[in-house]
Amino acid sequence: MPQQRASASLALDRTDKLLINRLQKGVPRSPRPYREVADALEIEEGEVIGRLRRLLDAGALTRLGAILNAPQLGGERTLCAVAAPPDRLDEVIAAINRHPEVSHNYERTHAYNLWFVLSSEDAADIGRVIAEIEKETGLRVINLPTLEEYRVEFYYELPV
Amino acid sequence: MSETGDTGQETRNGVLSEDERALLLIVQEGLPLVPAPYREIAERLGTSEERVLEMLQELLQRRVIKRLAAVPNHYALGVTHNGMAVWDVPDSLVSAVGRKLGRWPEITHCYRRPRAPGWPYNVFAMVHGMSRAEVLTRIQAISHEAGLETYPHDVLFSTRILKKQGMRVRARPVAAP
Repeated sequence: MPQQRASASLALDRTDKLLINRLQKGVPRSPRPYREVADALEIEEGEVIGRLRRLLDAGALTRLGAILNAPQLGGERTLCAVAAPPDRLDEVIAAINRHPEVSHNYERTHAYNLWFVLSSEDAADIGRVIAEIEKETGLRVINLPTLEEYRVEFYYELPV
Repeated sequence: MSETGDTGQETRNGVLSEDERALLLIVQEGLPLVPAPYREIAERLGTSEERVLEMLQELLQRRVIKRLAAVPNHYALGVTHNGMAVWDVPDSLVSAVGRKLGRWPEITHCYRRPRAPGWPYNVFAMVHGMSRAEVLTRIQAISHEAGLETYPHDVLFSTRILKKQGMRVRARPVAAP
């Protein structure tokens, strides 16, 4: 993961891991949410805030905030893939990533080597962005929306 | 933020009041790292802390907000290998197979998706681990136990994260059709 590897050596102590595990499940919705978490971990509120700032700056956390649901906003979310020729990879990645509707993009080991998620509160954006990427790259985009959902698990418990 | 912004608001899916959109524009970027983050948001919106907490509760209940939480970067945390296992299962069996796979604790995401040109697979399952070998071993065990070994199958490993930012709403609502 070259683009993420810089942070792979990040040293997390036990308190960091407990904090991440706790907050993956949700931030308390009370006037002093960080104090509530601090009390549970038996540390100070200021330490929770300081650790969160460090974890976000270092890239151990990509975000501490709201994760939105495109379909519930009247929009759509779908998984797409393209088979980018290896010698055009950077150009195709740029043509995909410049769209704000692209929320995730992963390189994978297959002829279809770029896998990206399109999310928008306006369902019409999905078809438009796919058409724009196809036009710009001259490559066919396959559109693989969810037909049935069997499992979605976001929580990953860090061993402490 | 208007005093009456929420009266008579549409509550069906997909419709945000003006106040809700203003709130989402802040919380989709991140919660302020201050002792009273909801009060700070309320000050920015010109409303009360109670109202902010109430709106968040509402948006979570409507599932407009899936979670208000920390999003870890798995790669930074040492979970460096991610395999997307895919199978081509006959359409008549796919729902039963998917429901069965969905109960496997090692599978974090599992979906049915359509096939496409050059893409014969219709069941997708994500498995994470500390090495490719570990992920492959897990997937092989799952494939065996779930009786999927006879179906066409592949595993796609991620080799780079090229973008990961989550979905965002816009400052202005989508124009009515």
